[in-house]
Amino acid sequence: MSGALLSVSALTKAFDGLVANRDIGFAVGVGEIVGLIGPNGAGKTTLFNCLAGFHRPTAGQVVFDGQDITGVEPDEAAALGIARTFQIVRVFHSMTALENVMVGAMLHHKRVGHAREVARRELDFVGLGHRAAAAAGELTVSEQKRLEVARALASGPKLILLDEVMAGLNQTEVREASGLVRRIRERGIASIIVEHVMEGIMPIADRILVLDYGAKIADGTPAEIARDPAVIAAYLGE
Amino acid sequence: MTDLRKAAGPALFFAVALALPLVVTDPARLNFLILILMGAQLGVAWNVLGGYAGQVSLGHTVFYGIGAYASTMLSLKLGLSPWLGMLAGGVVAVAFALAMGWPCFRLKGHYFAMATIAVAEIVQVLVTGSDWLEGAVGLYPPMSPTGFGAMVFGTSKVPYYYLILGLLTLSLAAGWAIERSFIGYYFRAIKDEPEAARALGVNLTRYKLVAIAVSAFLTALGGTFYAQKELFIDPGSVLSTSISIKIALITILGGVGSLFGPVVGAVILVAVEEYSRVIFGSTGAGTDMIVYAVLIILVAVYSPTGVMGLARDLKRRFVPGRTAAEVRP
Repeated sequence: MSGALLSVSALTKAFDGLVANRDIGFAVGVGEIVGLIGPNGAGKTTLFNCLAGFHRPTAGQVVFDGQDITGVEPDEAAALGIARTFQIVRVFHSMTALENVMVGAMLHHKRVGHAREVARRELDFVGLGHRAAAAAGELTVSEQKRLEVARALASGPKLILLDEVMAGLNQTEVREASGLVRRIRERGIASIIVEHVMEGIMPIADRILVLDYGAKIADGTPAEIARDPAVIAAYLGE
Repeated sequence: MTDLRKAAGPALFFAVALALPLVVTDPARLNFLILILMGAQLGVAWNVLGGYAGQVSLGHTVFYGIGAYASTMLSLKLGLSPWLGMLAGGVVAVAFALAMGWPCFRLKGHYFAMATIAVAEIVQVLVTGSDWLEGAVGLYPPMSPTGFGAMVFGTSKVPYYYLILGLLTLSLAAGWAIERSFIGYYFRAIKDEPEAARALGVNLTRYKLVAIAVSAFLTALGGTFYAQKELFIDPGSVLSTSISIKIALITILGGVGSLFGPVVGAVILVAVEEYSRVIFGSTGAGTDMIVYAVLIILVAVYSPTGVMGLARDLKRRFVPGRTAAEVRP
């Protein structure tokens, strides 16, 4: 398994004949930051769903931490150490911000008091400590996105899948989000980031994967990707 | 300070509930209070599944009926004490709930509710057609011996009152324990955003089965109590969909997902039901159904969180400075 945390090979996902992911293969190392980009409809979220157990791949294999996890359920993927956020936020509306994060912490800390301590730490980590007692639904969208990150981190992952956490943020906020991803890496947690905000992802990613029409068309450092003819063609048209 | 304040309401409730039979001696009035406590106990039981975990069941009468029939059959056929029968009824109800929940929890929202109605209707038809269970004729639990051990109390209603108060307390304790544990958080997460809950490691089916098992067990206890109090059961009195609806309505009216919501709901609903009967008498058969309908509409339009939700909103509006204290511990 060459020491990779995650290795995906020949992954294909088809919905009634529509192929959303075609023969995708890549690997992510421990603590690596990988950007996943591509035009709308390229299959980025489908790939996330296959990795996190929300979709069962039609073909191919996903190996995580030395274990074949192809087709496991989402709760099993989470228990193994894959956490995710959602493109359209899904916070628990009947709860406070702190309680939202506690639910994540409860994966490994069933005692409520202990889960609360972990949750407070993670809220502070994403800079929402002052909003702990606020109802989750009263947070701004950008705060809700950070709340999802805190919730995912509280579940103690080895890999975190971030789905467009920078969308709709202003420049200062994008810089803060980039800083947050770096600090997540410092904890030894790898991340795969679906992002359209290039100035957010390019400076921090170790590698960038590019999808187009469901297939991987490029895989390299941000500098290589920026001058890859296939990528330029996909984004600008031929 | 906040803990003391929070405990004040329940403490007052239990003090009043314990003392009421000393003041209320008229058997009819006492029976009215027993009906309220019975409704409250069933509502608290329903709330575990329908309120906390958000899986609306309209078939809870099936667990009620299982409790009533199990204890009655065990005492008729085997001479078993209703206390053991009550426990056995609870266990049978849990087994039934798990078998029913496994396929039904694949359905979402309204479809789950419809499936629970179907299951309850099927059971009613089967029991009505069963010779072994005396079908539509019904069953009479043994009337003697009387006393605490036999759970039969001659003419006095007072023992029944304290018995159902005990069952209600047990149910409230179960609800309270769930609310405060990780299971309560998981239930609310499943209710709010099931997909996000799964992504955080929550096995949806497992925790929904926990919810329906606890809910069914407590509901079955109420069924045995009914059988012992009325000393007669038949499919119409313990296995009808109108009971399912009433149980759900008590909770929805009082406040879903709030511990004491069903108690408030039961006070209102049983009072309305009884007084509409007094006012309209036999000419108004079915008026309670009209009142139910009006109450459902009022709750749906004006206060989806029930009376408890309404009270919270009013308190927030008129008692300033309490919002900080409202935060959960």
